[in-house]
Amino acid sequence: MAILELSHLKKYYATQKAVDDVSFSIEPGQIFGLLGPNGAGKTTLLRMITGIFYPDEGSIVFDGKKFDPENDIQKIGYMPEERGLYKKMKIGDQAMFLARLKGLSHSEALQKIKYWFERLEMQSWWDKKVEDLSKGMSQKLQFVITVLHEPKLIILDEPFSGLDPVNANLIKDQIFELASRGSTVIFSTHRMEQVEEICDQIALINLGKKVLDGKVAAIRQQYKEHLYEIKIDQPASQIGACDIFEPVNLAENKMIVRINDAYTGNDLLRYFLDKNIQVAHFGEILPSLNEIFIRLVHGTSAVTRSFHNI
Amino acid sequence: MNKIFLVLKREFLSRVQKKTFLLVTIGLPVLIFAIYAAIFYFSVHSTSKTKIMVVDNAGLFKDTISNNAKDVVFEFTKGVAKSDLEAKAKNKDIDGYVVVPADATLDDKINLITGSKIGIMTRESITSAIQSRLEKLKMDALPVSQDLLKKAKTENKVDFVNVNDKNDSGMRAGVSYGVGIFCGILIYMILLLYGTSVMRGVMEEKVSRIAEIVVSSIKPFQLMMGKILGIGAVGLLQFLIWIVLGVGLKLLLIPILFPEASHMVASGAMGAGGSGADMAAVMQAFNTINFPLIITMFFVYFLGGYFIYASLFAAIGCSVSDGQQDAQGLQLPITLPIIIGFVIMMQAVNNPTSGLAVFGSLFPLTSPIVMMARVTQGVPDAVTWWELALSIILLFGSFIFTTWFAGKIYRTGILMYGKKPTWKELIKWAFRKN
Repeated sequence: MAILELSHLKKYYATQKAVDDVSFSIEPGQIFGLLGPNGAGKTTLLRMITGIFYPDEGSIVFDGKKFDPENDIQKIGYMPEERGLYKKMKIGDQAMFLARLKGLSHSEALQKIKYWFERLEMQSWWDKKVEDLSKGMSQKLQFVITVLHEPKLIILDEPFSGLDPVNANLIKDQIFELASRGSTVIFSTHRMEQVEEICDQIALINLGKKVLDGKVAAIRQQYKEHLYEIKIDQPASQIGACDIFEPVNLAENKMIVRINDAYTGNDLLRYFLDKNIQVAHFGEILPSLNEIFIRLVHGTSAVTRSFHNI
Repeated sequence: MNKIFLVLKREFLSRVQKKTFLLVTIGLPVLIFAIYAAIFYFSVHSTSKTKIMVVDNAGLFKDTISNNAKDVVFEFTKGVAKSDLEAKAKNKDIDGYVVVPADATLDDKINLITGSKIGIMTRESITSAIQSRLEKLKMDALPVSQDLLKKAKTENKVDFVNVNDKNDSGMRAGVSYGVGIFCGILIYMILLLYGTSVMRGVMEEKVSRIAEIVVSSIKPFQLMMGKILGIGAVGLLQFLIWIVLGVGLKLLLIPILFPEASHMVASGAMGAGGSGADMAAVMQAFNTINFPLIITMFFVYFLGGYFIYASLFAAIGCSVSDGQQDAQGLQLPITLPIIIGFVIMMQAVNNPTSGLAVFGSLFPLTSPIVMMARVTQGVPDAVTWWELALSIILLFGSFIFTTWFAGKIYRTGILMYGKKPTWKELIKWAFRKN
């Protein structure tokens, strides 16, 4: 059973359709990537899932029941893209305040804050103020605050922005860990390389509409262009054209070719074997999500849409 | 409800635990008190005395001019040359001199030559000293004895007695006037100070981008109410501290400063003349004021006015995104009624039953300030019971409306970044569905 099921979700502002008929569902324990260029409507969509906005139309089913913001937000942890903290408040007090807003009792909250602070090596921060922290440090704190109450659904909007590689890896490991313990993670970003690395499944949003969704591997298969890379022991330029493939790119000992319809990779490999050419490397080139993303979004006037014209 | 309390607690503690809290709470009244004390001190004890030299060739003044305020000294000399006096005046050894010609009469003009510039108060004082001295001498020349004159000059007291209430002394009107202005100014300051404090708090949450994290846990309305209630609680605590300080000062200081006053109040003796007796009269007038009613009304109007303005200020705070500068333009329509209320209050305290005063004390945006100035003058003398009831109903009705209105603006505004909205847009947000 899906943890989250969106069907025909719509949110229209006076001048634009921020979210226009979006549906998808997310299985428990998955890391789900919500992708889209700036201003695609990701934040509005996430705000509806977190109960901050009400959808104009459509329905959200959370954990098998109709989404009830009042109670269900306790089971959701949301780290928005525009995030900050109380500057003058001590780190420990701050974590305690936000944890208690999520419905934890004082003792529960204290125990969990200690656990997480230890885990991310933040114990010595308790009495510091946020204004004394670096951007990366406050990011870590925000992550802790988001996952502190062990939410069933964790929503992270650009969680790595501003983090150095060491801390980014630290957070990434925590995300995997949380997912393996059964939490579902929605991961919103426009950084494709992270998505390929982390996500099981993605949905691509552009101009408020869902353009694409599915498993990462399946999507890459779906958008493949039948390109193969072959390395051989003789100059690639000596290989002539034939029915099976067209060369796309020829280098010293390496060639990228596109297989013509009705042929397969095996036909290509057999062609080289038959000619008794030594093949050092043979592999299919699948498009990266980045390429797919650019191909789908390019030319759709995906300009940054602002939200102040409500 | 529990979550509103959590926000309230945070707002309250984050303010009360600051080192500046006690400093401001105790320092502010001490400072105000000190300023008044200083003004009082300097107005009584003039630091420099004005020295006037008198060469009375005609013997007009009979060698003395008395001056009650003691800020001017008249020094009589004889046989000093005019050029010497001029030199002294120029050197500022004396402030001025008078030379009365030998043939002068009591009706003649007096010429005072000054060396330095003499202030208007001192001039007044010099003139009255000279005039009253001459008046007395003229009286002595007439066939009327001082005793007869005194008999003619006795003042007839005019007692104002209200039909409902036998005790309507002038002293009481004066004291309730003072208390009225004091309460009105206090509410005026509360509305401005705590209102802008709410606005700054909301702005801080929005500018620091914590708002979205918080509203993913609680409703924006809960966040707003928690903040308003928390800052209101800080205000109440401050008042409690002031009341305790005030009562303490009254119990401690008054017996020390005016030992005879409390005694006279106790024995009910009110003799004529003497500052102790005046003090006693003031104290007695104080005791006739209906303090339980005034204090109750003070808290009613403090809370009602605070909620109305705090929610409006919160609405402004959430709609601007770039700090103080942006807020200023939107703030004007809200600070204006407070200032108008203040102006009406100053008028209402003189004339508590005028049309303007009645309007000002019913209109909910000004009533917290204006009504305070009226109720101190007595119910039902200055305010009828139905006016008071209607005013309170309107106050709480508007409080519910502004909180609802601000709540609607708040949920849109708190997550809105970009250009500053106009009031028209804010009203549109409020009446939008969802």
